[in-house]
Amino acid sequence: MQLARVIGDVVMTRKDANLAGLPLLVVQPITPEREAVGRPLVAVDAVGAGVGEEVFFVRGKEASFPFYPVEAPVDAGIVGIVDHWTVER
Amino acid sequence: MQIARVVGTVVSTQKHRKFEGAKLLLVQPLNLDETPRGTALLAVDGVGAGVHEKVLIVLEGRAAGEVLNKKAVPVETAVIGIVDSVDVV
Repeated sequence: MQLARVIGDVVMTRKDANLAGLPLLVVQPITPEREAVGRPLVAVDAVGAGVGEEVFFVRGKEASFPFYPVEAPVDAGIVGIVDHWTVER
Repeated sequence: MQIARVVGTVVSTQKHRKFEGAKLLLVQPLNLDETPRGTALLAVDGVGAGVHEKVLIVLEGRAAGEVLNKKAVPVETAVIGIVDSVDVV
């Protein structure tokens, strides 16, 4: 799982039936020092996150687990909104 | 599995319900010479690890989910042990 910032959303009209009603957001992975790392990606949202929020997301088929028994065809999903974190290196 | 160092803790109030009770740690994967490798990740803690400790992490959803003793947890990274020593010949 990785920290990320929500930087946008995606709207689709024609899509897989198992994506119906699922919010899709654009997230930019970040380091604990809040620097962007890697490329932005699209993630399905399981927790009601919004643009500008700091979140953590999971990659892989586990991203679909919050929507069980619907088998959502997704490979990245936001599973938490972060209040704050501390880093001691 | 990879060796990592715990570098921080994360607080998240609004998260998927399967994360309730789980402790969230920031872990920095390490090379064998203990230099950082890649970006720090977010992991659930299965062993009571603390900041600065060297730990073993799994990076796959099924294994990570078993740390929380729940099925279908949307998680992919977990701390599964505190490393006492590593010997590489």
